[in-house]
Amino acid sequence: MKTFFVVLGASIAFFLTIAMFGTSGWERPPLTTTQNGFRGTGMDQVHTRAEVAEIRDANVAPAPADPAEEGGELAGQTYENVKVLSGLTTNEFNRLMVSMTEWVAPEQGCTYCHNTENMADDSLYQKRVARRMLQMTQHINSDWKANHVGGTGVTCYTCHRGQPVPANIWFTNPGPNHTSGFVSRNNGQNMAAPSVGLASLPYDSLTEYLADKSIDNNAIRVNATTALPTSKGKPIQDAEKTYGLMIHMSEGLGVNCTFCHNTRAISNWQQSTPQRTTAWHGIRMVRDINGNFMEPLTSTFPRNRLGVLGDVPKVNCTTCHNGQNKPLNGAHVVDAYPELTKVTVADVVKTPAPAPDTPPAETPPAVPAAPQP
Amino acid sequence: MAMLSFERKYRVRGGTLVGGDLFDFWVGPFYVGFFGVTTLFFSVLGTALILYGAALGPTWNIWQINIAPPDLKYGLALAPLKEGGLWQIITFCAVGAFSSWALREVEICRKLGIGYHVPFAFAMAIFAYVSLVVIRPLLMGAWGHGFPYGILSHLDWVSNTGYQYLHFHYNPAHMLAVSFFFTTTLALSLHGALILSSTNPGKGEVVKTPEHEDTFFRDTIGYSIGTLGIHRLGLFLALSAGFWSAVCIVISGPFWTRGWPEWWGWWLNLPVWR
Repeated sequence: MKTFFVVLGASIAFFLTIAMFGTSGWERPPLTTTQNGFRGTGMDQVHTRAEVAEIRDANVAPAPADPAEEGGELAGQTYENVKVLSGLTTNEFNRLMVSMTEWVAPEQGCTYCHNTENMADDSLYQKRVARRMLQMTQHINSDWKANHVGGTGVTCYTCHRGQPVPANIWFTNPGPNHTSGFVSRNNGQNMAAPSVGLASLPYDSLTEYLADKSIDNNAIRVNATTALPTSKGKPIQDAEKTYGLMIHMSEGLGVNCTFCHNTRAISNWQQSTPQRTTAWHGIRMVRDINGNFMEPLTSTFPRNRLGVLGDVPKVNCTTCHNGQNKPLNGAHVVDAYPELTKVTVADVVKTPAPAPDTPPAETPPAVPAAPQP
Repeated sequence: MAMLSFERKYRVRGGTLVGGDLFDFWVGPFYVGFFGVTTLFFSVLGTALILYGAALGPTWNIWQINIAPPDLKYGLALAPLKEGGLWQIITFCAVGAFSSWALREVEICRKLGIGYHVPFAFAMAIFAYVSLVVIRPLLMGAWGHGFPYGILSHLDWVSNTGYQYLHFHYNPAHMLAVSFFFTTTLALSLHGALILSSTNPGKGEVVKTPEHEDTFFRDTIGYSIGTLGIHRLGLFLALSAGFWSAVCIVISGPFWTRGWPEWWGWWLNLPVWR
């Protein structure tokens, strides 16, 4: 009997070891490392050279369409029911339509959005969504240019990547439906969810932090601001939600915590890198997109495009970034599409000012301060 | 200099690894040997360079003195003295001094005709240090991945290096190392309490024998590893802690660049419950 258990235990250990070495995806040098803090602080980005090449190749921006012929009638006069792009010439308009087809529905073609019997017809929900997405793109490229997207800008391709539904969207995750059993409540955590990099952290922190456009600006901040406690402070569950969000941001951007933070004082802006400022605005941008552009489309989408709770598909950092800190290798994708860089129609929904009223608690310095030597 | 009564017995010639009889002498109570000389050389030079580095820095605050490794851009090359070159020479001196000391211990073991347990145990600590400042930087391609020499600065490095992998507590080797460290302290506290209590009996009682000690643990936890065994166990636990510490940092970066929580995907994907 003893021998049996010894053999059984040894074989289980053996097969687990094989599985661990064979299936956990170990990597190996050579590595590509970049430094983003003072030497010796350990603020470095670490990737294998192979992974860097793979991600670079997987994020190549498509070549822009040939410039449209100049002159000609305006699209608003040529076609009916042109609401957002009526100020473009017909040639420019058609060029953008062709590009959009390549960016969003290369297989489905024009009919993905248009009724070919009558191109002006708004009956397909895809067309109504696309119109709103055009406004969103213009809004991002103009109102968020200074603080987040910079000169690279975004086109439909930044998120869609040749697919009608972008790969990296998310819905509110209500968790498993435990109506009975021992584990009837999990506090929204311990699911090894991909949204938090398989950690046990709360798997739905995005709903709280990214879906709500009017969230308290301090919601994410859980660090104490004094050396000794002066009040009860925030519960550890809040810290874990913040940690979950931060893991999402890291995974979405293909960076680690030290890309933005010097973790000796995570909350301190003086010791953070300039990228943290961009990320801070990025969080606001995502809330703006989800709250002002996605959520109002809830009734436009058919039920099968919505989440289990009937919520609209939402964006997060990964939607655009797709594993890179600069989407599409930092290509200036809007340069060839100036019509996407300015808001052409005053928005029907009153959008709040993109730059929030409350700036970061402390103004981040232009250059990351070296930590105390 | 006065010699302890039993010391003469230990002052035997020979057993040296290098240098033959040349350094086989004592200075006062201290055995010298070839490795005593090299230990002295490296430790004096290294300490002097640390002081020089501190003098170059902005502070004499003992907590804040920081001698940092070079920027990553220097890769595995030598860096200018004031931009990490000092760190490189100090590291060389430290490895030289630690290894010399371990080899001096080996020579003493050979003189005494005892096993190499002490130098082996010390070698494990050296291995952990060398993993941090030599092996891992070599694997990652830059000396800049070593940790800085400073009381607070090396803690900052530990924090940031942990967060490079998003959540270091999910590092399996880190889990093992931490468990071994805690188990070491548990075993030492159990053993220490046992010895102290059996050798300090109450008034009117006699000092307890190992049989008594064994009986105590057989009664309380059903097993006693014994007087010799506890020391073997203690050595195993302590060395395992150091060994897995070295492993946990060497795999972080060279063999795993993503968040450690993700590593556990293999467990979640076992065909048993996938």
